[in-house]
Amino acid sequence: MSYIERHLGEIGTLTLQHLALVGAGLVLALIVASLLAFAVLRLPRIDTAIFAGAGIIYTIPSLALLAIAVKYLGLGFWPVVLILAAYAQFILVRSIVIALRGVPEAQLDAARGLGMSRSQEFWRVQLPLATPVLIGGVRLATVALIAIATLGGYVGAGGLGNYIFFGLQRQFMAQTLAGSIPAAALAIICDAALRFVERSARRRVMGD
Amino acid sequence: MLLGPSGCGKSTLLRTVNRLVIPETGSVYVGDRDVASQDAVQLRRSIGYVIQAVGLFAHMTIAQNIAVVPSLLGWPRERIAARVDQLLDLVGLDPQRYRDRYPRQLSGGEQQRVGVARAIAAEPPVLLMDEPFGAVDAIVRRSLQDEIRRIASALHTTILFVTHDVDEALRLADRIVIMREGRIEQHGAPEDILRAPKTAYVSQLFAVDPELRRYDALRGAL
Repeated sequence: MSYIERHLGEIGTLTLQHLALVGAGLVLALIVASLLAFAVLRLPRIDTAIFAGAGIIYTIPSLALLAIAVKYLGLGFWPVVLILAAYAQFILVRSIVIALRGVPEAQLDAARGLGMSRSQEFWRVQLPLATPVLIGGVRLATVALIAIATLGGYVGAGGLGNYIFFGLQRQFMAQTLAGSIPAAALAIICDAALRFVERSARRRVMGD
Repeated sequence: MLLGPSGCGKSTLLRTVNRLVIPETGSVYVGDRDVASQDAVQLRRSIGYVIQAVGLFAHMTIAQNIAVVPSLLGWPRERIAARVDQLLDLVGLDPQRYRDRYPRQLSGGEQQRVGVARAIAAEPPVLLMDEPFGAVDAIVRRSLQDEIRRIASALHTTILFVTHDVDEALRLADRIVIMREGRIEQHGAPEDILRAPKTAYVSQLFAVDPELRRYDALRGAL
């Protein structure tokens, strides 16, 4: 514990780096996943292919995938962001598709019948009604990415992985814990915060 | 009034009017204009639409739901607010109490009243109603039917109404179109159809429980 106390400042910096990795990974992941989800919704025939593709990426050990990313992008921030975004596809594409498909048909029919254009129907009705499920997907992805982002310690991307891997290498338990405890806490806090947002969105949309 | 069993094509026919369904052949005219020649979105804003499942937007308040078409049409805020209150009064819901509630806080009958208010918000000359009262209990259904009759005559709205309920058709219709398996069996004023059913199906449809119908008619006259 005294190790943690003595390094509070540095742990803070590493936590911020960790959050930056996860945040950037999530933003990139959401952009790609939205495009893929739209493709699936437009062309339902390709959904198995896209889900299977995302599933295959998900099964590749993350360290192996990171090694490949480093080969092309070099060390540092971006290869980690890239693999984070790739891993999140499995969770995000599926949740976006399920969320948008789950909106009751009656409300979409009413939206069209009242004279909303396609984009008005999407932005004013379908998307708001899909948010609780969407946030649920983002929550799962966030927790998974916080764990995977510890790999950043291997490739000089910073983050709490630095302490975990240096600690393991030098068999210095206190340093390993100084990385892993904040990482676990971060995951728990993000999970709880997003659970709260999810629940209030659900209450607004479904009343339970 | 389109009357017929489920799956006979009455909803599909109704949905050709606001271009939610595009017919393979033939054309649909509202007034004297072919709907196919009009922009579907603009057309729908000028035609009210009420469905059995109501389809109130769960994330919007009652006031926001009713305001959908007026806001799409770009009415000024004050005019919309005034119109919302006026409509809530019209469908028998106290504006003060209901304006800021959410659809899930309303009973089925109240939701359908809001559905009607939303459909007529921008005073469409034509209103499409697809089994609007199918999901509410008999007593509520009766009061909604009375109200829709009152509203239609007050606003001079033409209503195209889909139902499979013979009594509802007789109670509300000026003209009935009886459909079966995608074809029209007979159409005309209710009295004429009752007096001279053209096909075996039509006479069978109206023969169900004549005692009950006579009783109903008696009640209506009181």
